[in-house]
Amino acid sequence: MTDTASTQNIAPQTKSRSLWETAFLRLRRNKAAMASAIVLVVYILAGMFGPSFAPHHYATVYSEYVKVPASLEPYPREENILPAAEEAVARARLDIASVELDGGVVRIAASSGSKVDPRVTRYLDRSDLFTGTRIVETSGDGRSVVMEANVQRLRFIFGTDANGRDLFARILISIRISLMIGALATCVALFVGVLYGATAGFLGGRIDGIMMRIVDIIYSLPFIFFVILLVVFFGRNIVLMFIAVGAVEWLDIARIVRGQTISLRRREFVLAAEALGVSPGGIVRRHIIPNTLGPIVIYMTLLVPKVILLESFLSFLGLGVQEPLTSLGVLISEGAKNMRGSPYMLIYPSIALTVLLFALNFLGDGLRDALDPKDR
Amino acid sequence: MKHLMTALLASTLLAASAGFASAVTYVRGNDGNPETLDQHKTSTVVEARILRDLYEGLVVYDASAKIIPGVAESWEISDDGVVYTFKLRDNAKWSSGDPVVAGDFVFSLQRIMTPETGAKYASILYPIKNAEAINNGEMEPGELGVRAVDDHTLEITLAQPTPFFLELLTHQTGLPLHPASVQQHGTDFVLPENIVTNGAYKLVSFQPNDKIVMEKNESFHDAANVQIDRVEYLPIEDRSACVRRFEAGEVLSCEDLPTEQIKSLKERLGDQVHIVPYLGTYYYALNMKREPLDDVNVRQALAMVIDREFLGEEIWAGAMLPAFSLVPPGIGNYEGGGAEAEWAGMSLLDREDKAIELMTAAGYGPDNPVTLEISYNNSENHKNTATAIAEMWKPLGVNVEFNVRDISAHYAMLRDEKDFDVARAGWIGDYSDPQNFLFLVESDNTGFNYAQYENPEYDAQMDKAAAETDLVKRAGILRQAEAAFMEDMPFIPLLFYSSLSLVSPRLQGWEDNIQHVHGTRFLSISE
Amino acid sequence: MFGYAVRRLLGAIPTLFLIITISFFLMRVAPGGPFDRERTLEAKVLENLNRVFHLDRPVWEQYLYYLGNLLRGDLGPSFVYRDFSVQQLLGNGLPVSIQLGAWALLLAFVLGAVLGTIAALRQNGWIDYTVIAVATFGITIPNFVVAPVLSLVFGVWLGWLPAGGWNGGSFQYMLLPVITLALPQVAVIARLMRGSMIEALRADHVRTARAYGLPVRMIVVTHSLRAACLPAVSYLGPAAAALLTGSVVVETIFGLPGIGRYFVQGALNRDYTLVMGTVIIVAVFVVVFNLIVDLLYAALDPRVRFD
Repeated sequence: MTDTASTQNIAPQTKSRSLWETAFLRLRRNKAAMASAIVLVVYILAGMFGPSFAPHHYATVYSEYVKVPASLEPYPREENILPAAEEAVARARLDIASVELDGGVVRIAASSGSKVDPRVTRYLDRSDLFTGTRIVETSGDGRSVVMEANVQRLRFIFGTDANGRDLFARILISIRISLMIGALATCVALFVGVLYGATAGFLGGRIDGIMMRIVDIIYSLPFIFFVILLVVFFGRNIVLMFIAVGAVEWLDIARIVRGQTISLRRREFVLAAEALGVSPGGIVRRHIIPNTLGPIVIYMTLLVPKVILLESFLSFLGLGVQEPLTSLGVLISEGAKNMRGSPYMLIYPSIALTVLLFALNFLGDGLRDALDPKDR
Repeated sequence: MKHLMTALLASTLLAASAGFASAVTYVRGNDGNPETLDQHKTSTVVEARILRDLYEGLVVYDASAKIIPGVAESWEISDDGVVYTFKLRDNAKWSSGDPVVAGDFVFSLQRIMTPETGAKYASILYPIKNAEAINNGEMEPGELGVRAVDDHTLEITLAQPTPFFLELLTHQTGLPLHPASVQQHGTDFVLPENIVTNGAYKLVSFQPNDKIVMEKNESFHDAANVQIDRVEYLPIEDRSACVRRFEAGEVLSCEDLPTEQIKSLKERLGDQVHIVPYLGTYYYALNMKREPLDDVNVRQALAMVIDREFLGEEIWAGAMLPAFSLVPPGIGNYEGGGAEAEWAGMSLLDREDKAIELMTAAGYGPDNPVTLEISYNNSENHKNTATAIAEMWKPLGVNVEFNVRDISAHYAMLRDEKDFDVARAGWIGDYSDPQNFLFLVESDNTGFNYAQYENPEYDAQMDKAAAETDLVKRAGILRQAEAAFMEDMPFIPLLFYSSLSLVSPRLQGWEDNIQHVHGTRFLSISE
Repeated sequence: MFGYAVRRLLGAIPTLFLIITISFFLMRVAPGGPFDRERTLEAKVLENLNRVFHLDRPVWEQYLYYLGNLLRGDLGPSFVYRDFSVQQLLGNGLPVSIQLGAWALLLAFVLGAVLGTIAALRQNGWIDYTVIAVATFGITIPNFVVAPVLSLVFGVWLGWLPAGGWNGGSFQYMLLPVITLALPQVAVIARLMRGSMIEALRADHVRTARAYGLPVRMIVVTHSLRAACLPAVSYLGPAAAALLTGSVVVETIFGLPGIGRYFVQGALNRDYTLVMGTVIIVAVFVVVFNLIVDLLYAALDPRVRFD
């Protein structure tokens, strides 16, 4: 005998979830992906606002601090202060009587054969170690002076590069540039690739064949030549870097989207739309493209790392982002050259790049896991 | 097929020589692939090193870059300085056993001047009578001022007295060719199975990007003193890679070093790092046809405010020395030295003040800024140098933009459109004479006069110097020309080059010299 | 299947022709020629050289000349390695690049497959995350950092392996370059294998096998592996073409005589014929590899048929 009461239990009403909401919930449960998303947000914020808040500007050159190692303690080092003061005064062609350091102030007594030019304070101010040099005493005949200068404390937590620029500030601006390049190139590639692939897949037949043939051809062209041309004709413009990189990446997207479109085309809802008389453009826009978005989003998060690495390869060849801007690729290839003398020049940008790429990869994985219905 | 034969030949020889337990092998890092082994078509030091080991010219450099007899055991110069008569030694032989005769040199010199050969460096031998006309296709090669009086006497007639002519002959363009091989094989005479050489070594194999192997030439007249049996030249373009292989003990020397690593290399390897002055100037060309660079005050201002010590010490890690003149010190035939910039002795701050004065007088300055574009070919140090100089020009009210090209595009631009404000360039001397630097800005030197400097007095002085036989007087005239140059400042000389090398203590006989030449025949390896 | 292969290859010829044409003209647009180096040449010498290499002719004439030679199997002389023809250079370099690429591919595939399978079997556990993290490490560090670091650590500091050189391709000289080349691919393959292995393990016949209590190894190898390989195989096509045609960075840093550097150096030196030769090789490889992948696909997946 069946228990009719239980079989007639009506399940409580729940709101039905869309594909995106389900996916988002699944994503939330993926701890690695969530952590990656947070990291990514941190990077984006760092890239957008970091350079304004960094203690140094990314293009400021400190000629006294070329390639200094990373340190939490401020520069200058104690043992360098007095010799630097002596050197500066010597360049002013004065004879040094005494040099003392008192707290944050250096006191120098010097004399010269002729009247001392009051401009000698500039010699000390020039040095990145001292500011606010002033003459506190002058002897009667004007040939001896006592000067005081404040020792300027600067912190370079990641050290400085080969020109004496703060590496931390450089890394922040490079994050901005790399993310910009990654995002914009990907958008360009996406825009072109999706349209192209969807059209080719939808129209099918000979047109599809020709369009894919064009993709194959472009794939085989010498990319480096293309980049050289761009650098030569538009070298200083960073936007051109996006175009160069985007021009290569749209090919893969087009292929993938075309594959998706072909399989989608035979699905019932597309056939229904066709039967209803929806225009081909409308079908592509409203049915095909939204359904390919899943793989596209996933591919995007995996494309951005590819773009950033491609840009770093171009920087290694010297064809990438130009001065005074910089990207992670430029910093890393500079660091690779200085690996043995100043390893921090390689380590910190590499960590920055690795963490960023890890985050993007895990986020991509998470999105794929979340959006793929067969995976659970 | 030929390649297969080469490979078989090479491997057999390699196998054979591997059996020689006592074969002393020198694995030598070279900083690139030779473009070709045909000396007439070469133009860089990468090939020069290899060719110096394979061939011997009339005169050669010894280990300290002094000229010593080569194939010619003695020579006489006529009183008017125009006719050189060389007496060739009797025992000079090709690796095939044939004797080296004067006719071989006549053949070679005629060949390099023949336009069809496409010789990149034929111009270096233009002092020879009719050479330029022949190379321009206006005369027949047979009319070259070179004559074989007999098998062992060679007479060379010059267009005008040239005190540095013997130096010119040490260049790889002056090396002889084996006429029979060239006639028989045509351009294939450079292949290892065909090539015949008269130097200390003969070629065994040439694999691009892999290695070039040479073995001792037993027919060489001085073979008894050649102590290294086998040389392997490795084309290692990446300077850091050569350093690593040196430290791993795989190569015994490196011909160029990565400047970023100089400090750490000196700490780690001490004496094995050789930094030696080299005949070369690193400079910025100023486009005198553009505002504001057409104003000499602006040019002087830009030049004097640059801290060359900083560039040399910090950017180039001591590998480059400050340059206050165009011609590097230590150059030959320049008795009394050259002419430096007037402000060379002034302190940097005074120079800065003066520069601001000049700029303001010219109508620019901090209150009236101007933008200049620095063009350079991409490389780490060119970039760092330009960045540093941009910083130094800021107080003058100069804003700098950069334009980076790869090396081909950069030099094409300099030669053709000259579309630049300030452009980085460098010049390594081919021979040890100031004329080789000062001729760069002669107004008819369209190839190198990037600044488009036109000073008829300067040209006149250079012509006068060319005709002067007295070396001391000549040095004086050249000095005047250099003084005019430093006043007009078409180029801003920045730094003088040094040659950088790593030399293993096992390698004996390596002497530092200003030409950076180290023929293997003077070297030996100790255990 | 043979007919299919032949048709594919024949169909690739017009594509190849277009690639050659576009590349040819693309290269001439870039300013600077093969003879623009630091020492600029006398005008007359440049004229001579241009004449010898037919560079003084109008571009379309040079193009026809090049095509004519190409049809006779002559790829032309190199402008920058003047003692060698393009054929000799590519002939010397291709075997080197192929050896390096093939070993790297093998290593990447094996390592990637192993890692991906382990991750799939322990899906969403900490082993899964760790394995994938380790694999990902390979793609986040650019190879121009990995190569010198490996050379430094193993060649100089430890002295276990040579710091560079080819030496005819003996094992110790290939080890570090192959590892450098394989690293980025391991991550991708591991991921692909993990994804497809997870899917394969869900299949009905596998669940049945599990229910029967068959050992894991047999389940993985006999039942799942073949199907799971498919996505990785289809990725291999373009990856193989890229690997086999060499890597500039690895060859430059380890000093290997492969053809990878010809792509970049050829372009930077404006060595037109050499670059054209490499373009042709890449194009041929892309076509051949795509074909091989499709054929492999058919061999692995009996559901795939060609019409």
